[in-house]
Amino acid sequence: MDNKRKISFFIIISTILILIFIFSGLNSNNKYYFLSKRIPKVIAIIITGVSIAFSSMVFQTITNNRILTPSILGLDSLYIFIQTFIIFVLGSGHIIVTNNNLNFILSGSLMIFFSALVYKFLFKKNQNDILFLLLAGLILGSLFQSLSSFMQMLIDPNEFLHVQDIMFASFNNINVKVLWISSLLVFILTIYTYKYTEILDVLSLGKEQSINLGINYDDIVKRMLIVVSLLISVSTALVGPITFLGLLVVNLAREFLSTFKHRYLMAVSGLISIVALLGGQLLVERVFNFSTPISVIINFIGGLYFIYLLIKENKI
Amino acid sequence: MIEVKEIVKQYGDKNVVDNLSMKIMKGKITSFIGPNGAGKSTLLSMISRLIPKTSGEIFIEGKEIGEWDDNELAKTISILKQSNYINIRLTVRELVSFGRFPYSQGKINREDIKYVDKAIEYMQLRSMQHKYLEELSGGQRQRAYIAMVLAQDTEYILLDEPLNNLDMKHSVEIMKILRGLVDKLGKTVIIVIHDINFASWYSDYIVALKNGKIVKNDKTNQIIDEKVLKQIYDLDFRIQDIESNKICAYF
Repeated sequence: MDNKRKISFFIIISTILILIFIFSGLNSNNKYYFLSKRIPKVIAIIITGVSIAFSSMVFQTITNNRILTPSILGLDSLYIFIQTFIIFVLGSGHIIVTNNNLNFILSGSLMIFFSALVYKFLFKKNQNDILFLLLAGLILGSLFQSLSSFMQMLIDPNEFLHVQDIMFASFNNINVKVLWISSLLVFILTIYTYKYTEILDVLSLGKEQSINLGINYDDIVKRMLIVVSLLISVSTALVGPITFLGLLVVNLAREFLSTFKHRYLMAVSGLISIVALLGGQLLVERVFNFSTPISVIINFIGGLYFIYLLIKENKI
Repeated sequence: MIEVKEIVKQYGDKNVVDNLSMKIMKGKITSFIGPNGAGKSTLLSMISRLIPKTSGEIFIEGKEIGEWDDNELAKTISILKQSNYINIRLTVRELVSFGRFPYSQGKINREDIKYVDKAIEYMQLRSMQHKYLEELSGGQRQRAYIAMVLAQDTEYILLDEPLNNLDMKHSVEIMKILRGLVDKLGKTVIIVIHDINFASWYSDYIVALKNGKIVKNDKTNQIIDEKVLKQIYDLDFRIQDIESNKICAYF
């Protein structure tokens, strides 16, 4: 199969899953209720899937590393910290917690503000050293994690249940208004990233070759890092931390395609991501009857694949 | 012509390249020699804008390196570093096609294909052009990288220790190719090289560096001299003429 046919194959699979997801068990009595619930969910899944896949693919290319995910930038930990902090200080009944719109805008903009701050500081101090950025992200990430667990220890047990809810990604309470903003953002970012696919191909040759071939490396890496953090912020604020999925889908896309061209890799990783999320959500809803959050399923399968990847890379 | 003026590279408070000026002639092979830590690779990396300079100026064709458009510069000067580990699986042809990026921005046209074919032909890689890089031997891989630089079609070709990890046969092969680039295709080649006899046999000019400074910059037969070499390496040399080329023995 050539690459275009492989893409069509994944388009067909995801379309079938979308149709199953929307139309299964539908009858004339429940159709309005189900459709109003299911369609936003599908849109949320597509947006999240695409953001996670694209951000991970771009991130792995600019770091030249196949086992990193953007979670190393510490944005997921920041999200959990923000949520825990709000519940800890204001209580779970406060409007910021209960109103999804407000929560989305607040946590989304805080994450974007945080990454802007880190980039600004680091790029000024330590020109173009991406490893330094990763280290800083890792340290700040664990700082937020420790602060969150500290608050989770002190918090009222009933409030802790709310915190726990937030710690896992979920597609069960998607707000339609929020969905429009995020769809628009992700759509713009997708088009923007697709303009850079050829440059990303060159970036995968490494820093020195990229400069040799006339790419303004520092500038492009900065731009791409901003795109990555925007995508992560949107998807995390929308459904919760789920960046681990990126590792899974990006590497699966590389296995399936055996090409270096981002034009194809990104399309397929986005589609696999949608398939994985839809499949996972179907399992959660129809098999496990909502008894387990989707991120547990994704992390379980992703973890297994990660171990396989480590063993396989070790052999070569 | 490449002209370097009072260039400095500072790491911490050590000047790795220390207030160095020189000119590099067009249409010749110029070799940078010197002991480890002399600043050869750093100098080469600065000339090819892989690393920023601390101070000083570098003029390429009369224009300061910072004023060049990145893409235009990539059509004028190319650099090949000694370690070329690539994270992705590429065939020889795909790698060579990357050399056309400054011209085609990834969308290869017929003109580009012609250049790629020519580069592959010139480096005698036709039979293995669809093989993956990791299937090739060290010498073949080095040739593939040089083919990529050839496809890039630049006036200046900079190579950092191109003979690294190659045996004698492949080293000679690569040096002959570089000589051919200058003599047949009219390119300007600048290399960092450790083997002083290869430098003596194949280069037109030698720049001898030590502690970030130029010890001597002259025609090859002026540098390959017992006194000059002793000054650079702190070693005793004995030099003999073979076919009007100077060959050094050192112990």
